[in-house]
Amino acid sequence: MNAMTRLATAVSLVSLMPLAALAGEVEVLHWWTSGGEKRAADTLQKLVEDKGHTWKDFAVAGGGGEAAMTVLKTRAVSGNPPAAAQIKGPDIQEWGALGLLANLDSVAEQNQWDTLLPKQVAEIMTYEGHYVAVPVNVHRVNWLWINPEVFAKAGATPPTTLDEFFAAADKLKAAGFIPLAHGGQPWQDGTVFEDLALSILGADAFRKAFVDLDEATLTGDQMVEVFAALNKLRGYVDADAAGRDWNIATGLVINGKAGMQLMGDWAKSEWTAAGKVAGKDYQCLAFPGTQGSFAFNIDSLAMFKLGDAENRKAQEDLARTVLEPEFQQFFNQNKGSIPVRLDQDMSSFDACAQKSMADFKEAAGNGGLQPSMAHGMAASSYVQGAVFDVVTNFFNDPQADPKRAAQQLAAAIQAVQ
Amino acid sequence: MSSIAVVTKASPLDALQRWLPKLVLAPSMLIVLVGFYGYILWTFLLSFTNSRFMPSYKWVGLQQYQRLLDNDRWWVASKNLMVFGGLFITISLVVGVLLAVLLDQRIRREGVIRTIFLYPMALSMIVTGTAWKWLLNPGLGLDKLLRDWGWEGFRFDWLVDPQYVVYCLVIAAVWQASGFVMALFLAGLRSVDQSIIRAAQVDGASLPNIYLRIVLPSLGPVFFSALMILAHIAIKSFDLVASMTAGGPGYSSDLPAMFMYAHTFTRGQMGLGAASAILMLGAVLAILVPYLYSELRAKRHD
Repeated sequence: MNAMTRLATAVSLVSLMPLAALAGEVEVLHWWTSGGEKRAADTLQKLVEDKGHTWKDFAVAGGGGEAAMTVLKTRAVSGNPPAAAQIKGPDIQEWGALGLLANLDSVAEQNQWDTLLPKQVAEIMTYEGHYVAVPVNVHRVNWLWINPEVFAKAGATPPTTLDEFFAAADKLKAAGFIPLAHGGQPWQDGTVFEDLALSILGADAFRKAFVDLDEATLTGDQMVEVFAALNKLRGYVDADAAGRDWNIATGLVINGKAGMQLMGDWAKSEWTAAGKVAGKDYQCLAFPGTQGSFAFNIDSLAMFKLGDAENRKAQEDLARTVLEPEFQQFFNQNKGSIPVRLDQDMSSFDACAQKSMADFKEAAGNGGLQPSMAHGMAASSYVQGAVFDVVTNFFNDPQADPKRAAQQLAAAIQAVQ
Repeated sequence: MSSIAVVTKASPLDALQRWLPKLVLAPSMLIVLVGFYGYILWTFLLSFTNSRFMPSYKWVGLQQYQRLLDNDRWWVASKNLMVFGGLFITISLVVGVLLAVLLDQRIRREGVIRTIFLYPMALSMIVTGTAWKWLLNPGLGLDKLLRDWGWEGFRFDWLVDPQYVVYCLVIAAVWQASGFVMALFLAGLRSVDQSIIRAAQVDGASLPNIYLRIVLPSLGPVFFSALMILAHIAIKSFDLVASMTAGGPGYSSDLPAMFMYAHTFTRGQMGLGAASAILMLGAVLAILVPYLYSELRAKRHD
């Protein structure tokens, strides 16, 4: 009898639980698990909880989100997706096509997302004209990181054109430094290739090549020139680069062993962690020849369709919170990126972020704002994989032929479509 | 009276006893059927569809296989598997047999030495791969050590050379597996009838001759088991490559298992990944079926 009473109490308590959490629950799948990112995610959690909702953390670490994507697929297939998941770029369209994403139009309208976000960004966040995801931050990929001390020792000047870039690299090499710190991993090879492509092709042809996948542009003379430049650039990378992680490459520049690095603005977190100050101890320049352009890499949270009305409300509050200036500032200062809101006050950001924001606004106006191919913003993951295969093979092949590589690139992209 | 009571009491227990083994085995049987054969079948079906990001059932026939055979990276991976598998199996067998024969000489402290040789097997391939990555890295490992010791011209940079990187995988895998082969053969050697060896000694055969002509040929089954185990380690090798080179430089050290994982799970090419998985299964079966066939036939003759 006693046991029965206890059981009954337990059952009624359990059934009361959802009533207690009346305000709804958001489950967020993400892979913001390292240092600054974790702090950034915790802020979001606190802001959502301040609105009276419950936050169910669903962090899956590892492999730049590969592990998380695998988990998400199994959850989605079994019909039990989380409220929000860190999905980016064209993958949002893939999930949208599966009919799994929620419509955020009402939140977007209330908060004027259309005026807050640049058109190019809004396009990525919508599926068939409806908002299904909310952008969290903007990373710029086409940065050149420079150690001014090393440059001074070698008598080199910060480059603004591709020719100056190679001239500076020659000087660094002659002075006994590693001219370019690089890690030989496919995505890093792809990042370097993308910077060169943006520099040589220009923003319009870049878009034609990697967004529209236009065959004439992919095999054109300028693309051959890009591969030739990549071949030349390999001569300035040290022999031990194969397999090196990007942050170790950044470390080489910080320690004065190497002069420069081509990397997105997440590299800034390494400089900050080493106690260096932007503009003084290190310089960030737009990659030579890409001054008016901005190759962007945007993290976003896609929202899944939910049954429960309270949870749906919590989900909408989450979407609203992400774009609030308070969160945008804290998150991006921790992550090295810039806020996605065009009206954000940038005074408390560092010099690199302020420059990035200025360039972002300029590029949004003049068509220089282009999605990053190497970071999965321009095309689907299968096109990206095909490009990586060709580029990384070319980069590591001593007998590489630029003309043939351009043909291979077009053929590989054709093959996966 | 009492005997009847015993019978009626025991009968449900008897039934239970009869059913118990089946009941206990049923869950694991079900898991094997669904989780293993069921998913093989599913993968097989998916390899004929245009599945990309998620499974879909739009039939495209043999198109995925066609694309796979046109894919340069797949051929690099397959060729690497040939080189890696061939060298790994041969060297592990030779080194393992040699160690076993040397240990078989009734030396002192055999237990300690055996444990030392066997110990690498206790490490996971991830650990082996990471350790060898550091050892073979030109800027940090053996290469740097020898140059710091004054051997200025020394250069051992296979790990970063697309032409030779696959041999680095062989070095690490042999280091890991040869102790295990040794243990297998040592057990086999110990089971060889000592009187045969003594008889050969009486006939004046030298020690190498005894081993080469008499002892090792009698270890056929051990040789086959070792071969089977090594072959399947080679084909399913994933963790070693993932931790040691991640397929690089470029994709020069890619293996089929890496190819399959990359395409199925990260590149949204599930159909192509499934097709490569089925070809890998085919490779395993091509080794396994003749082996099983010969095993079963041999038993019938006994």
